[in-house]
Amino acid sequence: MSQLQRKDANNIEACAAAWLERRVSEDWNAEDARALEAWLAQSWAHRTAYLRLEAAWTRADRLSALRRPVSERDKGRGVALKPALKIAAIAVAAIAMSAGAALLFLPPGETNYATAVGAHKTINLADGSRIELNTDTVLRIAQSGSRRTVWLDRGEAFFQVRHDASRPFVVATGARRITDLGTKFVVRRDHDQLQVAVVEGRVRLDTGERGHPHSALLTQGDVAIAKTNTMSVTKKSPMKLANELGWRRGVLVFDHTTLAAAAQEFNRYNREKLFVADTATGRLAIYGTFPTGDVKAFTRVAQQVLGLHVETLGSESVISR
Amino acid sequence: MVEILEPNREGVGVLRPRPDMNARDVDDWFVREVLPLEAALMQFLNHNWRNKSEIADLRQDIYERVCEAAQEQLPHNTKPFVFTTARNLLIDRVREKRFVLLDTVAKLEALDIASNEPGAERVVIAREELQRLQAALDCLPRQCRKTVVMAKIDGLSRREIAVRMGVSEETVKMHLANGMRALADALYSVPANPERSA
Repeated sequence: MSQLQRKDANNIEACAAAWLERRVSEDWNAEDARALEAWLAQSWAHRTAYLRLEAAWTRADRLSALRRPVSERDKGRGVALKPALKIAAIAVAAIAMSAGAALLFLPPGETNYATAVGAHKTINLADGSRIELNTDTVLRIAQSGSRRTVWLDRGEAFFQVRHDASRPFVVATGARRITDLGTKFVVRRDHDQLQVAVVEGRVRLDTGERGHPHSALLTQGDVAIAKTNTMSVTKKSPMKLANELGWRRGVLVFDHTTLAAAAQEFNRYNREKLFVADTATGRLAIYGTFPTGDVKAFTRVAQQVLGLHVETLGSESVISR
Repeated sequence: MVEILEPNREGVGVLRPRPDMNARDVDDWFVREVLPLEAALMQFLNHNWRNKSEIADLRQDIYERVCEAAQEQLPHNTKPFVFTTARNLLIDRVREKRFVLLDTVAKLEALDIASNEPGAERVVIAREELQRLQAALDCLPRQCRKTVVMAKIDGLSRREIAVRMGVSEETVKMHLANGMRALADALYSVPANPERSA
């Protein structure tokens, strides 16, 4: 087969690994992100090679989640380790011994937390701060005497921070940093996009794109959206913010929301997925409060109130006129 | 094109491309449903293809084909879809070779995909996963392993690792990239790819 200009899987995988290494290493900027996107878009061979390495690298995160004393792991409430992983603690001890000295000087670790699609979890930190994880969210917390750091790897979380100037509370998403200045705020991460909304108090948002560092002070009602190389800040009313935080009460609040945006919101919380057939339908505005898990209630409204057609096939529903 | 095995449940040929389907949906599907089949797929390829040095390329081509097809429509049932694609690809490759052993094609065509499926998908429990990771780490050359551990477990940056190990950042880069590949093999394609043990 080699005479038929087959693309060499070994080379492609090497390229994919080089990209991933750069992605996870510290010096990564907007230009790099675009270049990676371009490389991935070239062929499915590139894309699958990269996805495969990335998925494995992410799965290997479990190693770090497990590697801390049992006492510390079980202390915090709502610790995200599944029971099955606890069994594996024994295996970990074995690894620590066999993998050599390198594994022995482990740092005082991070604690990993995760929620499944549709789940909601509250973490109470020892200092009185609270973190609420929304659906499909992954974050890590590291606390030391001098600082508290939360890495939001995916999803959305609400932070109610017990401010302590001597022990800054920082939320990191990629190269971006949100530093608490006495506050309640919510952070949402979608791939490269970051949204920070301040419910009370103030935060500082630093976007560390190389060459374009940018720092913004956000106050109550500010909603900042940072994309790959742009950032915008708008003001929202307390009512609007409260609506956006409906998930904390287990509901989605739509107020003149487009059907397309509403469907997308539902899809974050459910395995059953909604699709809107065309853009005209997607632009219809809707109002109402729905339980996050009740897709049926939503499709019923679409049918009965908006007179739309809903076709369900397995776990997918298509909404059309 | 590959055949999509499962007929549309709605019956009469309503082959509707899904709205809003984009590369990200396929990405998710690939990671969630195709990658876990990799070990079985590798077994299938090793069993049905003599030249082991070509297996990595075959796997890549299969992934490419299934994703291209999935972009049109995600298959209802991923496993038979992937294995049918694999079989069809092998048949194509045999035919390309010109000096075909007709026998081989016939054999491949007669392959009953269903019977080649391993039983229930193995649920990789945490302990097993850790053992796999351990095995992957153990296989790495010492410096490479140390680098992966520092990056993955200690959360050190490339520069910090370079300083601690007294090597260049380029070296760290190389070790990490190799480590990533080894981890992927250990987690997805056990039994590991034989030609890439170096």
